[in-house]
Amino acid sequence: MANPTKSPAGLPSDDEGSGDLQLDNVTKRFGDFVAVDDLTLTIPRGSFFALLGPSGCGKTTTLRMVAGLEEPTSGRISIGAEDITWAKPYKRPVNTVFQSYALFPHLDIFENVAFGLRRRGIKDVKQQVGDMLDLVELTGFARRKPAQLSGGQQQRVALGRALINRPEVLLLDEPLGALDLKLRRQMQLELKRIQTEVGITFVHVTHDQEEAMTMADTIAVMNHGRIEQMGAPADLYEHPSTTFVANFLGQSNLLTGTISRRSGDTVVVEVRGRRIELPQSRVHADGSAVHVGVRPEKIQVTHADSSDAAHAGAGQNELTGVVTDSSFTGVSTQYQVKLPWGQEVMVFEQNMSRDQRIVAGAPVLLHWDPAHTFALDATQAADAGASIDDDAAAPDPVVV
Amino acid sequence: MSAGAALAEALESEPHPAPKRGRLSNRRTPYLLLAPGMLWLIVFFVVPMVFLVSTSLQTGSVSEGYTLTFHVQTYSEALRFYHAEFVRSFVYAGIATVLALLIGYPLAYAIAFRSGKWKGALLILVIAPFFTSFLIRTFAWKTLLADDSIIVSFLNTTHINSIFKLLGLTTGDRVLATPLATITGLTYNFLPFMVLPLYASLERVDPRLIEAAGDLYCAPFTAFRKVTFPLSMPGVVAGTLLTFIPAAGDFINQSLLGRAGEGMIGNAIDSAFLDQQDYPTAAALSVTLMFTIVVLVSIYVSRSGTEELV
Amino acid sequence: MATTVESRRAARQSAPSTRPRGPIPWLRTHIVQIVAGFVLLYMFLPIFVVVQFSFNKPVGRTNYDWHGFSLEPWKNVCGSGLCGPLGLSFKIGILATILSTLLGTLVAFSLSRYRFVGRSSANLLIFLPMATPEVVMGSSLLTLFVNFAFIPQGFWTITIAHVMFCLSFVVVTVKARIAGLDGRLEQAAMDLYADEKTTFFKITFPLVLPGIVAAALLAFSLSFDDYIVTAFNSGQAQTFPLWVYGSNLRGLPAQANVVGSAMFFVSLILVFVGRFAGRRNKA
Repeated sequence: MANPTKSPAGLPSDDEGSGDLQLDNVTKRFGDFVAVDDLTLTIPRGSFFALLGPSGCGKTTTLRMVAGLEEPTSGRISIGAEDITWAKPYKRPVNTVFQSYALFPHLDIFENVAFGLRRRGIKDVKQQVGDMLDLVELTGFARRKPAQLSGGQQQRVALGRALINRPEVLLLDEPLGALDLKLRRQMQLELKRIQTEVGITFVHVTHDQEEAMTMADTIAVMNHGRIEQMGAPADLYEHPSTTFVANFLGQSNLLTGTISRRSGDTVVVEVRGRRIELPQSRVHADGSAVHVGVRPEKIQVTHADSSDAAHAGAGQNELTGVVTDSSFTGVSTQYQVKLPWGQEVMVFEQNMSRDQRIVAGAPVLLHWDPAHTFALDATQAADAGASIDDDAAAPDPVVV
Repeated sequence: MSAGAALAEALESEPHPAPKRGRLSNRRTPYLLLAPGMLWLIVFFVVPMVFLVSTSLQTGSVSEGYTLTFHVQTYSEALRFYHAEFVRSFVYAGIATVLALLIGYPLAYAIAFRSGKWKGALLILVIAPFFTSFLIRTFAWKTLLADDSIIVSFLNTTHINSIFKLLGLTTGDRVLATPLATITGLTYNFLPFMVLPLYASLERVDPRLIEAAGDLYCAPFTAFRKVTFPLSMPGVVAGTLLTFIPAAGDFINQSLLGRAGEGMIGNAIDSAFLDQQDYPTAAALSVTLMFTIVVLVSIYVSRSGTEELV
Repeated sequence: MATTVESRRAARQSAPSTRPRGPIPWLRTHIVQIVAGFVLLYMFLPIFVVVQFSFNKPVGRTNYDWHGFSLEPWKNVCGSGLCGPLGLSFKIGILATILSTLLGTLVAFSLSRYRFVGRSSANLLIFLPMATPEVVMGSSLLTLFVNFAFIPQGFWTITIAHVMFCLSFVVVTVKARIAGLDGRLEQAAMDLYADEKTTFFKITFPLVLPGIVAAALLAFSLSFDDYIVTAFNSGQAQTFPLWVYGSNLRGLPAQANVVGSAMFFVSLILVFVGRFAGRRNKA
């Protein structure tokens, strides 16, 4: 029975070892494939941190290296002053909530939750287990077996089993993936509440960007083993610095153009002969070839014939187009608008007062605040992060 | 800067190397675990095979002792003398296997798809006859197929027995001491070996595939032919092999239910070893049987295209 | 003039929709179950005979004709001399089971859990005995023992032979159980402060145990019921199957049917008890 190097009971409060989770130049190679590419990351103690990215981006591998279930090819992982890079999983003050819950089927809920405590030599576990079951709202289920519980209940057992050990860092590997929508929403708020109450560092791995934005204090967006961008959810959303982040978090409309003028704080980009203005601070590109981006919910749609059309454009960026599709989604209406050069953009309008004339075929004026515009380097692919079917196989080549 | 200092500097800035993990045992462990069992098999399965081949090439007798003379003629003599038994073995085993497949498939299918909550109980019922001794069960068939039993009387009065007579499976009005009895015994005793792999394979077929076939205009039997049966092929291959191989080498059914003189190759080997004590011939027969089975199985498996049998 | 669409709709509404009824349609939908039922019946035919004839009044030495109901065979089981062979079969069975289960489980873990050079050859070697006719295995072992005459034919040669052919079945059974084990459970255990040894004894072994037990039961029944391999390697010793076969010419006494029936019922009870216990301890 191995004991972690921390004192079993009580919150991690000593200087030695307790502190931020630090990854320095961590790389993981599986043969030729680089799963995690020179990752350097600081996760502040007590924060709710999300690792967000599509499948295969390396987020789960990173998590497993922190847990000790994978060895890094090179690099260093530490918590505060304690280097845990090569420590065995059972010697780390880290616990994991697995995607499949991994509850021990032959033990009842009580023994599952008490497992970590017992391994560390704690004899009297009854009180702690009872308290933890109360925390995850599973009082009275102590003697059931995992197979007798629902998915949501099993998930809470997995959480309690990990939390009860008061780890320095709690790792969550897509724990809500198997739950249906409503339950998932509820559990997101639950986890957030528990984290605030308990104050432990949570590292949450997910591919669901809405989930990450709902729960996390800080998000790191990963792609191909690297971090594309890191920051608070609102920051990442409103100020994406790469096309991948712009497309992966929410949706973006990207128009390719060239910077034609910079005057003071404003930058003017020429897109197909039209002028788009934006603040200098929102340009994340080195050269003058850029993708100009704006989020669909920031755009307003006005019918070309309406009286508002004339003075809608004051100080705003404008484009004309024709509606090709309109979908009512309850909260909003989503329009697909075809611009004069054939490109289609998405617009989300909140359903406050609907102009009945704006239907498929209607000519419209799109306008938005320049402050809501951003510009990204045009060398990046405009559709990075947008595709849904990442694993799609390539078709057989057509022989002519 | 001296070479030493440069080297020291290089070493210091080297990325954090992986320390020797305490898993020395990891490389040897699989072999250690494997050793006792493998040794047992090598000493008591592989080595005897070598001895068998060597014995088949010896000449002599029990009283004089045997010497290895590479007397290959033993094989041709044995084959000439016992070729009828060989043919009979493979024919009987073949018929029994086909019958077992025809009889066992519906049962396996019913358990896999139509049994609902009775699945476990039915599987137990399939294995249950195995709980009685194989020999005692075969003896029971002697009673069931006795000349005055209900079954035989039924076969005679309905003239089904005439069809069997035409096929050469029975003679007179008897069933006992005829090929039919032996085949019946073989089919019966190896039926679970057919049913269980079939069931395992069918169990893995997603019933929604059959529904999809129906949705795409397939009549029930066509759906079976085009979807279910091909998907159950691994089970069919495994089941037929697990039935044919032991059946070909069996001799108990023949000696209890069949007629002396119409032996299978197993009877011949048994007699040659234990009664006549003609070890070289007996060994030659064994080796030939083994070799034939290996060849047949290889052809069969490579044509059905299933790699994973175990 | 009413349109044809309207008249058709009216016709549909007036004729109620009925499921095809009658014996023929029922037969067609249930044909598979019916055939399966007959097959099961066929499989149990000899069992009925065995049980019935275990109550046969022992008149003379043959047991082929029904002489009337009697409890005599059940009361006097050892009368026909089968208790000696029966005991020997049990002794060999238990010893062979212990050895083959032990060795086979080790092999199963080695093959399932590790990647090493020679793994596929080892797999092949395990598979071969299952694909070899018993005549060949039995006779080849005979040639081995004959060449090493210092091992007398009897208890030990039979046991050795039994361990040999049971080994493969144990390996396959335990391997299947290990394969069904979720590897993440062991990772979870290590994540929760259990080192490798503790993880094995607290998680891996308890979960594989049902497979080991099943393998042991399989090994026992294979050993107990074996005739061919035993016949080639028994020398003077007589196991129960050898004794049964030997009575072919004399006539099988009813006591043999008693043993057969008893084996059947005891095993059936054991299996159902096992399933019931397993259901309460769902793993």
